[in-house]
Amino acid sequence: MTPRISEKRPWTFYALATLFGLFLMFLYGPMFVIYVLSFQGPNGGVTFPMVGTSLVWFREVFEKGQMANLPVSFERSIALAAVVSVLTVVISVAAGLGFRRRFPGSGVLFYLAIASLVMPSLLVGFGIGLGFQFLGWQPSLFTSALGAQLTWTLPFGLFAMFAVVNRFNRSWEEAATDLGASAWQRLRHVTLPILAPGIIGVAMGAFTLSYDEYARTTLTIGPKNTLPLEIYALISSATSPTLFAIGTLTTGVSFLAIIVSLLVVLRLQRRRALAKVG
Amino acid sequence: MNSGGLTSVLPALRRRTRTASGKRRSTRLPPWLVSWFQVGPLAVILIVLFALPTTLFLIVSFYDYDRVGIYPAFLLDNYREMLTTPATWRVYVSSLRFAFIVWAITLFLGFNIAYFLIFHVRNRITRTVLFLLCAIPFWTSGIIRTIAWIPFLGRNGAFNQLLMGLGLTSHPLTFLLFSDFAVIVTYVHLFTLLMVGPIANSLAKIDPALLEAAVDAGASRWRTMTDIVIPLSKTGITLGSILVFTQVMGDYFVVRQMSGGQSASIVSMLSTQIQAMEYPPASANAMVLVVFVACLVGVMMKVVDVRKELVK
Repeated sequence: MTPRISEKRPWTFYALATLFGLFLMFLYGPMFVIYVLSFQGPNGGVTFPMVGTSLVWFREVFEKGQMANLPVSFERSIALAAVVSVLTVVISVAAGLGFRRRFPGSGVLFYLAIASLVMPSLLVGFGIGLGFQFLGWQPSLFTSALGAQLTWTLPFGLFAMFAVVNRFNRSWEEAATDLGASAWQRLRHVTLPILAPGIIGVAMGAFTLSYDEYARTTLTIGPKNTLPLEIYALISSATSPTLFAIGTLTTGVSFLAIIVSLLVVLRLQRRRALAKVG
Repeated sequence: MNSGGLTSVLPALRRRTRTASGKRRSTRLPPWLVSWFQVGPLAVILIVLFALPTTLFLIVSFYDYDRVGIYPAFLLDNYREMLTTPATWRVYVSSLRFAFIVWAITLFLGFNIAYFLIFHVRNRITRTVLFLLCAIPFWTSGIIRTIAWIPFLGRNGAFNQLLMGLGLTSHPLTFLLFSDFAVIVTYVHLFTLLMVGPIANSLAKIDPALLEAAVDAGASRWRTMTDIVIPLSKTGITLGSILVFTQVMGDYFVVRQMSGGQSASIVSMLSTQIQAMEYPPASANAMVLVVFVACLVGVMMKVVDVRKELVK
């Protein structure tokens, strides 16, 4: 960023910084409560007071319980999210590139994507579930549930790609062509590397959306639940701090993943800077 | 005048280079066909998994049904029944009220947070870290984040303990949990990031030099805001608004869990019908909701041409 003319912060900076701080407190306040409560003693419940401390509820997360089988549903969620993420990247990157020109039907497709994005989630699942019933097919993880989730992640990926592609300068591609690159070489060595940060963003976004998806999946999943559905089942049967333990674990793993990737990025930047100097 | 002349020349120049390179590839596919191949998979998925199922429940909404099954027919009874039930209207009014309140709060928060991150945080790494701090809670399931408010807001919850500890109140506040208040707080917690993302993206495209120019030309902070920043970020504002609005209208978990049974949501009403296998009235219900949401989004997109802004 270029340094500003005035280095003194205006009063709005302090006002907004305070607002941001308060927002973070609001965001993490209840999260903090569940982090604490996940260490509840074996006889404790989902609310205060704490009855001793223990790791019982964490152990429960990794065991097959009576009401829910969390480890297996977790594996299913991860597998589904990985597939959704890959498909979303491939399809929405291609579509994002395609949308750079006007083509017959581009308007219709754009509004179809908007509609798919704003459609109340449960209704998408309802429609697909109904369709499977009419056809006499069994809904399952990698058919109906995958499809239902794609109607949500693809428009998201597409809009993210619009933002990425907008900043992309067409003349780089033209330069590559003028220098004699084939269409494939141009895509492989010019377009994709420049779009890479955006593409990684789309992949992570799609993964998160899928991993957490509930409303679209519930009517299309068939007999084998994903993690959010299993969590929902747990809530409606018996509430225990196990749910909070899941929250604590998720946050812990997210923090770890982010710290690791930040370190990698920093190291890459340093190496790049060194290469430039040398 | 000078810059005007330049901007009119540039597209013409670009067009010339395009046709030049186009001529070289004249033996290849026409550009629109290339685009079709690129968007093809997306189009197929959206048509098969979104447009067709929607058409399907449009058809089913006219069907007849009884306790054992559904029968092809063309009846308007499902719609008539639904629209003449006072409960339907009540639920729509209450959902709309929630949507408006949550929209106003998330817009205020989202815009200011995005503005802070983009224009006030000068270091790129600090900005990324702050962004991630906002995003991390979103990796935890929305269901868990919803029920996380229960021990926080409850009678013996953390918030009441804090208030009593500070001596602000002598007995615990009971309106905090299982109330409209709890529903709104939860929605804001869940959906503010949907507002921050698109607005930050719009703001990031604004050239900081533009703001400096405005200040140099004597514009007050407020005028810079209303005349430059807000008009240039309206695409992000619209997209964020659409996302928040439709998420609230389509919710069925939060209201059920946090209102303590005092209010229902449109979709939770619908899911009760689905569980009872009353598909035709559920479909009619769904169609009304779809049309309603489509009108709302249509109006918002009329105000700001999102398409023109996004696909340049």
